[in-house]
Amino acid sequence: MEKIREFKEWFVKHFDDFEKNLNGEKTPEVHKLRKDALSKFKELSFPSLKDEEWKYTNISPLLKYNFSPVSSGKKVSSELIKKFLFDKMEHNFIVFINGRFSQENSKLLALPKGVIAGSISDAIKEKNPLIEKHFGKYANLSDQIFTALSTAFTKDGAFIYVPEGKVIEEPVHIIFLTSNGNKKIITQPRNLFIAGKNSRVTIIEHYVTENKGVYFTNTVTEIVAEENAVVNHIKLQEESIEAFHIARMEVDQERDSNFTSVLFSNGGNISRNDFNTHFNDEGGECKLNGLFLLDDNQLFDAHTLIDHAKPNCSSHEHYRGILDDNARGVFNGKVLVRPDAQKTNAFQQNNNILLSNNASVDTKPQLEIFADDVKCSHGATIGQLDNDAKFYLNSRGIGDEAAKAILLHAFASDVIKSVKINSVRNYIEEILSKRFNQDDL
Amino acid sequence: MLLEVKNLHTSIEGNEILKGINLKVNAGEVHAIMGPNGSGKSTFAQVLAGREDYNVTAGEVIYKGKNLLELKAEDRAREGIFLAFQYPVEIPGVSNVNLLKTAVNEIRKYYGEEELDAIEFLSLIKDKMKIVELDESFLKRSVNEGFSGGEKKRNEIFQMAVLNPKLAILDETDSGLDIDALKIVANGVNKLRSKDNATIIVTHYQRLLDYIIPDFVHVLYNGKIVKSGGKELAFELEKKGYDWLKNGSPKAIAG
Ligand SMILES: Nc1ncnc2c1ncn2[C@@H]1O[C@H](COP(=O)(O)OP(=O)(O)OP(=O)(O)O)[C@@H](O)[C@H]1O
Ligand SMILES: [Mg+2]
Repeated sequence: MEKIREFKEWFVKHFDDFEKNLNGEKTPEVHKLRKDALSKFKELSFPSLKDEEWKYTNISPLLKYNFSPVSSGKKVSSELIKKFLFDKMEHNFIVFINGRFSQENSKLLALPKGVIAGSISDAIKEKNPLIEKHFGKYANLSDQIFTALSTAFTKDGAFIYVPEGKVIEEPVHIIFLTSNGNKKIITQPRNLFIAGKNSRVTIIEHYVTENKGVYFTNTVTEIVAEENAVVNHIKLQEESIEAFHIARMEVDQERDSNFTSVLFSNGGNISRNDFNTHFNDEGGECKLNGLFLLDDNQLFDAHTLIDHAKPNCSSHEHYRGILDDNARGVFNGKVLVRPDAQKTNAFQQNNNILLSNNASVDTKPQLEIFADDVKCSHGATIGQLDNDAKFYLNSRGIGDEAAKAILLHAFASDVIKSVKINSVRNYIEEILSKRFNQDDL
Repeated sequence: MLLEVKNLHTSIEGNEILKGINLKVNAGEVHAIMGPNGSGKSTFAQVLAGREDYNVTAGEVIYKGKNLLELKAEDRAREGIFLAFQYPVEIPGVSNVNLLKTAVNEIRKYYGEEELDAIEFLSLIKDKMKIVELDESFLKRSVNEGFSGGEKKRNEIFQMAVLNPKLAILDETDSGLDIDALKIVANGVNKLRSKDNATIIVTHYQRLLDYIIPDFVHVLYNGKIVKSGGKELAFELEKKGYDWLKNGSPKAIAG
């Protein structure tokens, strides 16, 4: 209890310092959001196991640390950044180091005219009207203490805007690098992606670290897909095994928009992803895929909500987990079909493989349907590696290790297949291979 | 002698399935094992291949002079035992080519040999595909997933051709095949026969034995081999069924 109070008070106290260091980012609109969020943060309490939405995720290990923010920017070697590029090839990428945009480390090839891909701090300073229109409009604060914390300390993050009708063929790769030199730091990337009418873009949020050890990433991403926009979103969470990662993603889908997302996570000490999409008009389509690989004492929690508020939309969700050792997984996927949302199609599935007797998953796919003319299905499985398949492989001379690796790859492949970019798929495959070839998994 | 099975007893979940099997197989021989449903044919085949769900409660199996029962399934395969499954397992997400490449290289590793490079490997498998008349597009497909019955069986023989076993055990590889597929499968098996290897064919039907001529035919009934003979025994079984064996006194048959 004491620790939790300290954790909270530290941020409240620190706000004045933070405020003083704001320069052009202190525009009246955004600063009002910060201050409101700070009051909200003071008022809310951190969730405990008594909260329905946090029933299986005890965050007290996070709250016992004192995290400090990093105030100044940093530059790292381009060699380091290269490690996180797909196929080691250069493409469009923007780099944030400890939450701050690094112009020197970023590289933007020719983008179509009018496209913005850069720092939200710049967009705020420049008083881009899109900030006032969209920022903080989707990630509401009610009952969301981590979002309140993020909003109160809004400083930097990625801002991407694709104007009407523009198509970006190459993905925009955003690298969030934590380079903490073993200091327990907090970074709070605050992202806003806007895809205009009839536009098309692929955005990759990639969370990586230079060091092992404890740190805290608290990130909020708001995504707007305007009419008939196509947005591919990939999130790769490759953080330190001891890191805390709390993420909130809110997607607003307008008429006939198409949003596809793949979340890949290597876990952390505790990772929590709240991923919510809202159909704000008819004809939208949304696909949420996820894959998490956990071992040791890791805890991963995915909470998703697909809000079918309007008719004629379809959603497809598929999360898969592989857990070893004492790892724990939580999948809570809610599909809400509101009374108006006739002709909804919703499919949801969560499958898990437990590689040890001590690993566990709490899975809760939920359908809440208030319309009558809909097609919805959901399901969940928790199982072990398929013994018949393993024997079949053994009987062909394939040893246990290799057989296990093959079968886990196969299990993961359903999700990996949904990544349409070859180089990114290969990158994920490589992470898998490395991980499965370790003796302990 | 390649394989000697002595008084093999196995049980699963407390039920005794094999109740004292004796069998000797020399290199160069083809043995057929026939018998009614549930008599224990597949159990016998799987125990030889190293399935661990079955408990061997008595008896021994000597293969190439070694105690086979001490080896893990993968080591038995590396030592040259191959089981063509009665019901080949579907493995979504694993391609045929990936399975074979891993298998070939795991076996090479066992013998301290270098892995095959992509070109050597492809030329090996393309060669072997011809034996069972499989199309190349088939390599990329997931193992047995969505295969017709005939394709599954041909795939088993294809894998056998690539792995080139010393002792092949074919568990009802003929069941459910039309006559063309049967000929392809039988032809494949015959091409792979040599004086150095042996084949055990489990089947219900004499028909296959028209194409693959066995040296010995054994009848497995209720967990025991109750009668052995030459290829004419298969004709007799086809004509008379198994009832004459069931009704006869087990002692008289065994003698
Ligand atoms: N995993 C198992 N658990 C329990 N009983 C089993 C298992 N596998 C086989 N059996 C039993 O063992 C007996 C022999 O089965 P097996 O599959 O070996 O017969 P088979 O001779 O191959 O039959 P078929 O001709 O139908 O293929 C049957 O009674 C079967 O029900
Ligand atoms: Mg059988």
